[in-house]
Amino acid sequence: MIPLLRLDNLQVTYGRVVAVKNVTLEVNEGEAVCLVGPNGAGKSSTLLAVMGAVRSRGDVFLRGTSTRGLQPEALAHLGVAMVPEGRHLFDTMSVKDNLVLGTLARRRGRTPRIDERWVAELFPIIGEFASRRAGLLSGGQQQLVAIARALLSDPDLLLLDEPSLGLAPVAVDAVFEALERIRAVGVAILLVEQRAQRATDFCERGYVLSDGEIRLEVTEGTSEDPESLMAAYFGR
Amino acid sequence: MSWIGHLVNAVSLGVVYGLVAVSVGLVFGVLRQVNLAQGEVIALGAYSLWMTRDLPVVVRILVCIGVCVAMSLVIQVIIFRPLRGASALTTLIVTFGLSYALEGVWTIVFGTNGQPVSMLSSLNQVVVGGNVGLRWITLVEMGVGGIFFALLVLVLYGSKIGVMMRATAEDFRTARIVGVRIDRVVTLAFVFGGVSAAMVAILFTVQTPLVTPTLGFNLITLGLVGTVLGGIDRLGRATAGGFVVGFVNSMLGAIIPQELLVFLPMLTFMFVIVMLVVRPAGLFTPKGSNVERV
Ligand SMILES: Nc1ncnc2c1ncn2[C@@H]1O[C@H](COP(=O)(O)OP(=O)(O)O)[C@@H](O)[C@H]1O
Ligand SMILES: [Mg+2]
Repeated sequence: MIPLLRLDNLQVTYGRVVAVKNVTLEVNEGEAVCLVGPNGAGKSSTLLAVMGAVRSRGDVFLRGTSTRGLQPEALAHLGVAMVPEGRHLFDTMSVKDNLVLGTLARRRGRTPRIDERWVAELFPIIGEFASRRAGLLSGGQQQLVAIARALLSDPDLLLLDEPSLGLAPVAVDAVFEALERIRAVGVAILLVEQRAQRATDFCERGYVLSDGEIRLEVTEGTSEDPESLMAAYFGR
Repeated sequence: MSWIGHLVNAVSLGVVYGLVAVSVGLVFGVLRQVNLAQGEVIALGAYSLWMTRDLPVVVRILVCIGVCVAMSLVIQVIIFRPLRGASALTTLIVTFGLSYALEGVWTIVFGTNGQPVSMLSSLNQVVVGGNVGLRWITLVEMGVGGIFFALLVLVLYGSKIGVMMRATAEDFRTARIVGVRIDRVVTLAFVFGGVSAAMVAILFTVQTPLVTPTLGFNLITLGLVGTVLGGIDRLGRATAGGFVVGFVNSMLGAIIPQELLVFLPMLTFMFVIVMLVVRPAGLFTPKGSNVERV
């Protein structure tokens, strides 16, 4: 089977800084995969490279086709959505306008699996602050809006960059509950997290990244728990 | 002329510079780059009004708009597209160079002494005479300026493409990630910028019919003062800034002696450059506030 996403020897450099040295990984249709690793490991750079938002070397294949040279907006229109690190809502705009922007990349000629109504049922609370400026929401609320915005494009692949970062435990729970339901409708997820335990519990498979390289692939069959694996690799 | 007369003149010049600010501010909003050659778009628009002097007014206006939009798009393609991602200072210098070169072209093609554009000169007739000296053109300017700005706000805040433009202005990369087709947004900004430039060309030449090669540069430097005063990344405030500068300049022109007036453009230009480099967010925006730098 052709994987939905395949990275083959991906490299990202910023001037002299090598952020991603050599990343090879796969995400299959409807699968939830996590990419864990410490701060500075190159997780965000990997996601941004998939999105075409930073320059990279190596190959990115979407449904078996190379995405070389494609701009982020083209990737979005091909069914890849991203929840960036730090959420990056359009702070001066209303929540509603943020969500309208989320629908831009919807592909024509198909009935959306995820539409406004589905998202409204997933996050009923968003209705309560739809007309407020996005910048005025709490971190947890912003994260839900960021996820909603990404979902409204009805993506096949959802890239999430540390969605639990800086959130209170209740808000983290809300995020993971939503992710469960998103996975249940068949959206593939590539989840980046520093909190390895929570992420690997959620995902079917995972990769451990450090210093820009994949150190380990964690599957459900792996006996050791991920925290001790992390500790073994990073000495903490 | 009485002070009311000066005031009325100042208002009408304020509207013109408000439009100049819109014309630069739209492109700056999405690209964070200043087009100093925008003045030459206005100049070519004004020359087109002279070239079409034998045609009906409606045709002349349409030609002027067409010329300005076309030139705006050409500048986008030959300068801004290749320089995407370059520093703000780079585009500033390149467009300054272009502006300077075009001024030379206008001199060669249209002559140093300028060409008279006689269009709608009946608008210079007075509505209220005597001390006030209110002319039709002032009313028309305020009306046209007001309608144009209202339309712009309507597009920016009430349409999907407007939401896309604002998103691009706020966070270029995230806008692309959510699927905003950036090339369309940028093109639209240049189109709107061209239309605003045409409005300036038309309104300005009705008032001041002699079109000289330095027209564009003079308009843009003064307009930019307003823009940087207001904060170049906020269209509303930039427009207000443009208005204030046009207003103040017109008042100063009436007050300051002629010998001193010659230094005004030079001081103005130096002020703009320093501001653009040091405080692009505007003079009145507190430092460290939530405004993106150029
Ligand atoms: N825009 C950038 N310019 C220069 N270096 C960067 C940039 N973004 C990230 N880096 C560097 O690249 C490395 C990987 O960063 P990142 O991908 O953000 O890691 P992570 O998301 O795992 O924390 C880090 O050393 C970081 O400092
Ligand atoms: Mg990161």
